[in-house]
Amino acid sequence: MQPFWLVTIIVVLALGGFLLGRMRALQSAEGDARVLHSRPNYYGANVFMLTAVPSLIVVALWMVFQPVLIEANVSQMIPDRIVPEGGSKGLVMSDVRRLADGLDVAVAEGALTADQATNIRAEFTNIRERLAEVGVVLGSNVEAEVLTAAQAYRAQSATGALLMAAAGLSLAVAGLGWSLARIGVGFRARNAVETGMLALLILAASIAILTTIGILFSLLFNTIEFFRIYPAADFFFGTTWAPSFSGRGGDSELGVLPLLWGTFYISLVALLVAVPIGLFAAIYLSEYASPTVRSVAKPLIEVLAGIPTIVYGLFALLTVGPLLVGVFGRDGALGVDWMSGGTAVMTAGLVMGIMLIPFVSSLSDDIINAVPQAMRDGSLGLGATHSETIRKVVLPAALPGIVGAILLAASRAIGETMIVVLGAGAAARLDLNPFEAMTTVTAKIVSQLTGDADFSSAVALVAFALGTTLFVVTLGLNVLALYIVRKYREQYE
Amino acid sequence: MSTNEIKISAKDVQVYYGETHAIKDVSVDIEDKTVTAFIGPSGCGKSTFLRCINRMNDTIDVARVEGEIKLDDEDIYDKDVDPVQLRAKVGMVFQKPNPFPKSIYDNVAYGPKIHGLAKNKAELDQIVENALKRAALWDEAKDRLQAPGTGLSGGQQQRLCIARAVATEPEVLLMDEPCSALDPIATAQVEELIDELKQNYSVVIVTHSMQQAARVSQKTAFFHLGNLVEYGETGQIFTNPNDKRTESYITGRIG
Ligand SMILES: Nc1ncnc2c1ncn2[C@@H]1O[C@H](COP(=O)(O)OP(=O)(O)OP(=O)(O)O)[C@@H](O)[C@H]1O
Ligand SMILES: [Mg+2]
Repeated sequence: MQPFWLVTIIVVLALGGFLLGRMRALQSAEGDARVLHSRPNYYGANVFMLTAVPSLIVVALWMVFQPVLIEANVSQMIPDRIVPEGGSKGLVMSDVRRLADGLDVAVAEGALTADQATNIRAEFTNIRERLAEVGVVLGSNVEAEVLTAAQAYRAQSATGALLMAAAGLSLAVAGLGWSLARIGVGFRARNAVETGMLALLILAASIAILTTIGILFSLLFNTIEFFRIYPAADFFFGTTWAPSFSGRGGDSELGVLPLLWGTFYISLVALLVAVPIGLFAAIYLSEYASPTVRSVAKPLIEVLAGIPTIVYGLFALLTVGPLLVGVFGRDGALGVDWMSGGTAVMTAGLVMGIMLIPFVSSLSDDIINAVPQAMRDGSLGLGATHSETIRKVVLPAALPGIVGAILLAASRAIGETMIVVLGAGAAARLDLNPFEAMTTVTAKIVSQLTGDADFSSAVALVAFALGTTLFVVTLGLNVLALYIVRKYREQYE
Repeated sequence: MSTNEIKISAKDVQVYYGETHAIKDVSVDIEDKTVTAFIGPSGCGKSTFLRCINRMNDTIDVARVEGEIKLDDEDIYDKDVDPVQLRAKVGMVFQKPNPFPKSIYDNVAYGPKIHGLAKNKAELDQIVENALKRAALWDEAKDRLQAPGTGLSGGQQQRLCIARAVATEPEVLLMDEPCSALDPIATAQVEELIDELKQNYSVVIVTHSMQQAARVSQKTAFFHLGNLVEYGETGQIFTNPNDKRTESYITGRIG
């Protein structure tokens, strides 16, 4: 059965259960809803919940795990002999999957009967041609073992789907029966629904948390793998970044310091641009601007936040870079020759700063607005000017939130990739000159993984170590933000 | 009976909040070195009128003030008058306590610092101590001057705001229900302070307590639905009011 139909049937069952439950509850109360413990709809909802939720969860889990199990099963059937030189079993497995899908298509189009599809033998039939007729293109000739594996794959998938349908439907029916049986005047359907809602919310929260943990672990495992082939001390304290993609990256130098420095430097420039401008804009908008100006200007600034970063990257590459070279380059307006190419820390930093302005301003604006008017009145009533009031009362009161906004912007800056790739160049360098090209951790993660390096080599695995480092740094920033906010909260509220 | 000079003179004052006509045709002369009490039912415009006297209504977008209010014969709504300077002269204690999210010390030192009233730290300390003493908060606060002002109880916050206003040495002090959250002892101390302030300044106090108005004030103004119904010697207002409405309010029949 198609999963779509399975889900539809379960939902229909559950909806029917809702109506039945409602009716049964009213019946048991002999039509007088007031003697029921809960409103009739709660009885219906309880039936709906018990019918749909457990069965749908089982179906969902089944759909996630079935392919994994079958893959593991089938890949055992593939002898190492047919794995091509330098390739991997995974590649053969993807052939198997493609072939299995192809057979499905062929059956659906009528080019093969279901029987033929299960029993066909590579020795006697040219599968590749037969499938080409129905528009399924296979890369190479089909080996006998691959075909057997594909057939096993199909067979097991079919059995799995059947079992899944059986499990899902029986669970739904069981839930329906049980919950209907429980309905009576005294049954506390409202409380049962409440408990069910709680369980659902907890489930959602755990999914979010488990995914995070999963991502973290996959990062960690690969990082540990990397440190097995590359000394950690060289990674953390090395001052040179020179990956060599030949010979499994054996003689690469993978020091993270130049990348961290680039990240820090570019973020710093970005924050130096974004924080003052963003904060001043927020102060103007929330304290001085008339409601009309505010209602126009605020959305306009927020438009900046909606621009995709790749567009900012283009802006950096095509506009800001050449502009800066025109000023600071060799024949530039200042005649100082500090800048040799358009890509530089300054270019990326400035553009990233512009990107961050709305983060700082929008959040700060909300926070400043949240400072009670009574506080301003108190200050104005003592004969303070508007700007004294802002500096001495409003901003200190809003400080924890503003610090939070700034750290959030910092996290964004550290994680930003596109602007760096296009605006700052690709050279990992430890340098103080902001007009030099530099690069960041994120940009290097991209370039380490987009080459055709082997995924188990140091030059590729280093991406995970970089990712972990970045994660730790951002986490540290967030913890710091929380700490600062807490500290001021305690002092002031 | 009184021979004091007129400190504040209001003529035909109207206040609108958008469409709402909150103060209608109010004319009143408030004397120097006198305590004037504003009484009247809730929502009748006492706070609104008080806020006109130091132009705090400027901060409300929808508020519009018409008419003439003179402080020492100078129109405070004149274009040349700087509301900031005016408010330094005419201090205010708000109806709701609004301490800054700063330490108790910094709350009181705020005004003196802005106006440069202290030459050094020692003088500032002295100003803060005096202000807290006058507001009857010193004993409770002297050991926790660096603690946040927002951490005080409601009544303590109210006295902190009084201390804050007193510390700037205003010529006129507007107090909007300064004792609404205070116990009888603290109330008595604040009333003592008002009495003492009267020696040099003009004090206007809004109160819902008839006894308090009778105790501390020399002049009383009764507001009703935005109108100034009656204004005169406190003794006369409380014993022999001219207007029916005043009498009913004082005896507790309207309110
Ligand atoms: N900011 C404002 N915007 C609109 N209307 C207001 C505003 N402040 C006060 N008003 C209105 O003006 C009228 C007078 O209010 P005001 O605060 O002066 O009353 P009050 O006499 O101080 O009352 P209370 O004794 O309850 O403090 C009320 O009808 C009130 O609704
Ligand atoms: Mg009031």
